[in-house]
Amino acid sequence: MTTFWLVACLILLSAAGFALGRHRALASAGGQVRNLHSLPNYYGANVALSISVPALAVLAVWLLAQPMFIETRVASTIPSHLIPENTNIGLMMSDVRRISEGLNIAISQGIMSKSEVVFLDAETSDLRSRLGSLGIALGSDVRPEILDAARSYRSMSHDGRLMMTIVVGLLALIGFSRSYGRTDKDYRARNVVERGVMGLLIVAASLAVLTTVGIVFSMLFETVNFFGQHGWRDFFFGTTWAPNFRGDSELSMLPLLWGTLYISFIALLVAVPVGLFAAIYLSEYATATTRSFAKPLLEILAGIPTIVYGLFALLTVGPMLVKVFGRGDQGLLGLDWMSGATSVLTAGLVMGIMLIPFVSSLSDDIINAVPQSMRDGSLGLGATKSETVRQVVIPAALPGIVGAVLLAASRAIGETMIVVMGAGAIAKLSVNPLESMTTITTRIVSQLTGDTDFSSPETLVAFALGLSLFVLTLGLNILALYIVRTYREQYD
Amino acid sequence: MNDMTLMERKVETQDIKIEASDVQVHYGDTHAIKDVNVKIEDKTVTAFIGPSGCGKSTFLRCLNRMNDTIQTCRFTGKILLDGEDIYDKRVDPVQLRAKVGMVFQKPNPFPKSIYDNVAYGPKIHGMFNTKSELDEIVETALRRAAIWEEVKDRLQAPGTGLSGGQQQRLCIARAVATKPEVLLMDEPCSALDPIATAQVEELIDELGQRFSVVIVTHSMQQAARVSQKTAFFHMGNLVEFGETGQVFTNPKDPRTESYITGRIG
Repeated sequence: MTTFWLVACLILLSAAGFALGRHRALASAGGQVRNLHSLPNYYGANVALSISVPALAVLAVWLLAQPMFIETRVASTIPSHLIPENTNIGLMMSDVRRISEGLNIAISQGIMSKSEVVFLDAETSDLRSRLGSLGIALGSDVRPEILDAARSYRSMSHDGRLMMTIVVGLLALIGFSRSYGRTDKDYRARNVVERGVMGLLIVAASLAVLTTVGIVFSMLFETVNFFGQHGWRDFFFGTTWAPNFRGDSELSMLPLLWGTLYISFIALLVAVPVGLFAAIYLSEYATATTRSFAKPLLEILAGIPTIVYGLFALLTVGPMLVKVFGRGDQGLLGLDWMSGATSVLTAGLVMGIMLIPFVSSLSDDIINAVPQSMRDGSLGLGATKSETVRQVVIPAALPGIVGAVLLAASRAIGETMIVVMGAGAIAKLSVNPLESMTTITTRIVSQLTGDTDFSSPETLVAFALGLSLFVLTLGLNILALYIVRTYREQYD
Repeated sequence: MNDMTLMERKVETQDIKIEASDVQVHYGDTHAIKDVNVKIEDKTVTAFIGPSGCGKSTFLRCLNRMNDTIQTCRFTGKILLDGEDIYDKRVDPVQLRAKVGMVFQKPNPFPKSIYDNVAYGPKIHGMFNTKSELDEIVETALRRAAIWEEVKDRLQAPGTGLSGGQQQRLCIARAVATKPEVLLMDEPCSALDPIATAQVEELIDELGQRFSVVIVTHSMQQAARVSQKTAFFHMGNLVEFGETGQVFTNPKDPRTESYITGRIG
């Protein structure tokens, strides 16, 4: 039975269990809901949960564990002298998987019989071409050891699947009989379901955390791989980014990091004053009506996809900047400092616009959290509104605002589409904002896309870059949280 | 009875500091203050009493135009400070509030040092030329608020770290530092314990000898203790206004009597 049908059966069984449990509970109370300990639906839910939760949990674990278990078992049967130089057991195992899959297809299409598979001889049967005709491409001729491995892989998978179906089905039945047997008017189904709901919530919360951990580990492994092939000194302290596929690439993070930080800095230079002033206007000066339509309008900016911002950078802001700073005598300032539309300034300006709603909406919330009594106190002493804002409200809200700015900074550092389209692709260490530069995120994109060998340092560097970026933004976020928590004024 | 005549004579000699006539205040559709006329004297403590929601705080906030900051609030009528209408178009409410200081119900020190809290008003209004002059203003204000001895060694500590009673006296010092002519106090002791309350009351008594103090209070004992004049508000009306002794011992209006004896409120 395939997993899909297994799950479908479980769902059907749960639905049936729900109806039966509900019915039995009502019957035990003589049809009177008030004689039951819990509402009838709780009894139904109890039965349905007892059927589905343990069965589904075991199913999920089994699906994850079975391939791992079988692979290690099969891999140990392959003699080590068969593994060619410069490859590893992983490549051999992918051959094994492909052959066993091919055998499955061959059987299902009626080309081979089951017994034929068992007695198949690698030397005589020309398996490579036969499987090739089924759409399974193999890199080399099939060796007998590999065929044996594939055969045992196939039979173990088959047995495992059968076992899984049986175990899951049994669990579902046990769950049903136990919970159905307990269903009675005095049984505290409501409390049991409550615990079940808590369990579900815990699973949801831990899934999010585990995913994060999983992402970090997947990057970590590839990063370790990368540093096995490329020196960490060059990566962290070199000054040139020049990947090529001859194998002597200079892959150092510094020019990319510089581009990233420079663009983010310009973005913050735009976003922080504008966003903060907008927040101050909205929270301190605007009337309720102005606020009710200005705030949503500002927040629309946050809803624009970043690729659209990228287009805006490339087609509008870039050429406009060229008109101002470039074109020699035909330009607005008569300068010739800028030639192409892509530059640090282009990307920084547009990214700053993108971050305005981010800064303003966070700061607005924080400024609103400053108690009215502070403002009254200042106004009551004869201070004007702007004096009050400058000397009382902003200092009181400062930790929160700093936190907001740091969060915006980590957004800026991780932003991709705007810099792909607005910043250019040349990695260099320069202080001129009118030149094009590139960032960590754009290089990750360009190293991973395209037709490249996945195990070369030129590709793996993407993971090292990604991890560095992750550490950088994580550090910023932690710093932001720390500042907000430590310096927050406690108002009651 | 002798006491009473003494007080009367004293009151008669004082000038009128604030004169309010036909004051009406609306919050949106609510008519919060109805036709209030009152004369508040200089160098006197005037208490506003009345049940919750009777309009006493609203009226107090009219005296330094703090109600301007509330958008739905509408004011009509006339309030004269030293004979000048404070609701005149030419009057700057910001300047007015420097002259008519205010202390609020809950202590609200700024998140700054004790020194900066007191120096806040003088700095805004440019009341000094040198740093030492400012030091002097701060010290005088803190002494007047009877908190100097407690904080003189930690002027740079944050004002929010003081106890509730100290915070309220700091707020009074802050208001006193701008050298106001009138000091408005909106239930200044309602968040304080009895000991802190006694300290603040003593302070009010002292301040009342220098300038006009108007205090809103829920405690009738407090009104009786600190004020020379008492105004009783009820449902937005000024029901009775007179000398404290007379209002408490011999009220003219039956509503005042009911409130004082605890039958309404």
